[in-house]
Amino acid sequence: MKVTIDNITLEVEQGTTIMQAARQIGPEIAPPAMCYYEPLKASGGKCRGCLVKVTAGSEKDPRPMPKLVPACLTQVQDGMIVENTINEEVLETRRGIVEFLLLNHPLDCPVCDQAGECHLQDFSFEHGVSNTRTAEERNTFEPTDLGPNIQLHMNRCILCYRCVYTADQITDGRVHGVMNRGDHAEISTYIDKAIDNDFSGNMIDVCPVGALTDKTYRFKSRVWFSKPVEAHCSCEKCSGQVTLWYKGDEVIRVTGRKNEWGEVKEFICNTCRFDRKKTAEWTIEGPTQISRHSVISANKYGANLIQPAFPISQAARDYKLINDDRDRSFLKDQIKLEAKK
Amino acid sequence: MKILTEQIDVPGIETIDVFCKHGGYQAVEKAIKKMTPDEVTEEVKKSGLRGRGGAGFPVGMKWSFLAKPEGIPRYLVCNADESEPGTFKDHYLMWKSPHTLIEGMIVSSFALGANTSYIYVRGELMYVIHILEKAIQEAYDKGYLGKNILGSGYDLDLYVQPGGGAYICGEETALLESLEGKRGNPRIKPPFPAVKGVWQCPTVVNNVESIAATSWIINHGGDAYAAIGVGRSTGTKLISASGHIRKPGVYEIPLGITVEDFIYSDEWCGGIREGHKLKAVVAGGSSVPILSAEMILNTVDGEKRLMTYESLSDGGFATGTMLGSGGFIVMDETTCIVHNTLTFARFYHHESCGQCSPCREGTGWMDKVIYRIEHGKGRKEDIDLLVDVAKKIEGNTICPLGDAAAWPVAAAIRHFRDEFEWHIEHPELAIQPGAVYMRPGASWAQ
Repeated sequence: MKVTIDNITLEVEQGTTIMQAARQIGPEIAPPAMCYYEPLKASGGKCRGCLVKVTAGSEKDPRPMPKLVPACLTQVQDGMIVENTINEEVLETRRGIVEFLLLNHPLDCPVCDQAGECHLQDFSFEHGVSNTRTAEERNTFEPTDLGPNIQLHMNRCILCYRCVYTADQITDGRVHGVMNRGDHAEISTYIDKAIDNDFSGNMIDVCPVGALTDKTYRFKSRVWFSKPVEAHCSCEKCSGQVTLWYKGDEVIRVTGRKNEWGEVKEFICNTCRFDRKKTAEWTIEGPTQISRHSVISANKYGANLIQPAFPISQAARDYKLINDDRDRSFLKDQIKLEAKK
Repeated sequence: MKILTEQIDVPGIETIDVFCKHGGYQAVEKAIKKMTPDEVTEEVKKSGLRGRGGAGFPVGMKWSFLAKPEGIPRYLVCNADESEPGTFKDHYLMWKSPHTLIEGMIVSSFALGANTSYIYVRGELMYVIHILEKAIQEAYDKGYLGKNILGSGYDLDLYVQPGGGAYICGEETALLESLEGKRGNPRIKPPFPAVKGVWQCPTVVNNVESIAATSWIINHGGDAYAAIGVGRSTGTKLISASGHIRKPGVYEIPLGITVEDFIYSDEWCGGIREGHKLKAVVAGGSSVPILSAEMILNTVDGEKRLMTYESLSDGGFATGTMLGSGGFIVMDETTCIVHNTLTFARFYHHESCGQCSPCREGTGWMDKVIYRIEHGKGRKEDIDLLVDVAKKIEGNTICPLGDAAAWPVAAAIRHFRDEFEWHIEHPELAIQPGAVYMRPGASWAQ
């Protein structure tokens, strides 16, 4: 089957979705996915971030589709022509989606554990606008405990339903779900029941934002201060294939291995995730490959930081000062230092 | 010309004996004994009956789209989850004459080859559910339901399901989810219910009024039904008239009478209440665009607007609206359009299921912004912001609730922008109780 996405034609198998086809081309073309998660069946279609324009339905019926369609769920037809990054309507809609998702999402990235590996951060950086049009107060919820290992910050949740599908498909019984409706909908267990399941920790991995966080890791570090290393162990419950996150010599976090789309390759059990935090318990395979564009690469393995090509005095001149004394004094110090050199 | 409500005031029509005395269940006898399912479908197709729930999709065509794989059961689901503000016709019909619906259900199920059918009734209407259950029991006792109906070998079981108490459960796929006992979230289409509906089997979902009309069509023929009405809008339609009119209520009108007649004639609404003038009309339930008096009475070409699907939507959304589900809300000059829009926006904010982000966040945003404008805290840029938010919700959601939330807000600003501006520019006047902006030179302004 032939499909053309952003003027690039490729051959795909029957049953492929537009998203999968676009991912075959590469990350520049692939639409963003906030709720779609390939390993989870029936996920997708909810965030509307991947809406694309189909300008020709198929070879047989080359009429354009009247509305934008979700790339994650729409199957490719032979001769379909899709516009993603080259269509202004799509980009405009996507800017709107970012705005909607951030409408009630707190901008607490500086204290959020997900910062640096947050899909919403990436999504808003790539597709959003820098100003805000809202004057309304955000909806807020109280943080709740979901059992001994998982903390829920409902404020940050974007209701992608990934954790619900994970609990349905990976664990042997779902005890949490979505309560209420509209912008007051929240992830919750039935009357504060604890989530106690061998594979419940995977909910943390699939969460695109910082709504579900690992209690053994919370506030211990920033993700760009830690070093990911591939490791395995012989575990009777799961494959034992994990990523260890080191800070110095200490394993501060264990997660599943993720592919380039941020999707877990193999789900791991809670014992591996929460209890095995000594290097002696693991066989180290080597450093994890991280995209050099990722903030995680910024500080890893003691590599030299990239020096700016322009002098700091020029930056100070071009810098639009905001009325904050700390900023000004910091820059003055920097200029003095430069002069001394 | 009345079809559904002809005998609605006969005492005791809710019992099967009185109903049968007045010609009830003849359609069942005719369809099951003398016709094949395809003939029934053909007759409905001929009638040109269009879905009465709002979208106006031809019923016969919908039936013929139903997938018919071997060995897999098919279902008919009646959508009686009527919750649109301004619409109360199905409630009235089921409450007064439950057998009209049940007769239609049997005929329609026979046409579709369904052996199990459901009536999904809005959960708040518990007493209607009791009435329906009693009527169904009577039909079972008379042999119109159950095994081997009238000795034909056709079996049908009919169940009443109370709704989940949410507006969204009236959306057909959310209704099916709710019917299956799950959270009423709309499904992502495709697959359409005609292929994978309730319990993953082919399903047809029809409105109460559409199904009820089928028995008359079988009795009198599709051509007789198509003879009523204008063009592609055939038959009669129940209109729930409410607001500032002398005689609010449910009226069965032959499609094709003029809007002016409907509002001012004594046969229907009886005119605007004493000493007041028509300002605006929401013609088809809260989700359709509001129109000002001039626009609802005449089309942009100067022709009289008719109560038909085509005429009401004449001119697109720029100058037209939709017949929708027939919730006809009339407003006189004492109505503040901003306040009215706030009421609608709040409703959709409250009823959004929260599954997809444009609707979940957008409805809340619009509600909050209009609330600020109404309470004298509006900003100049808010009006354009509302238009933009509505535009970004429309068409980008999983189900039509997003559109339904965006349209009334966009239309109110399109046609009554001066009223919003007045609220923002004169907050001290706008927050006075009962304060309404009078557009200079408008027919309703004093």
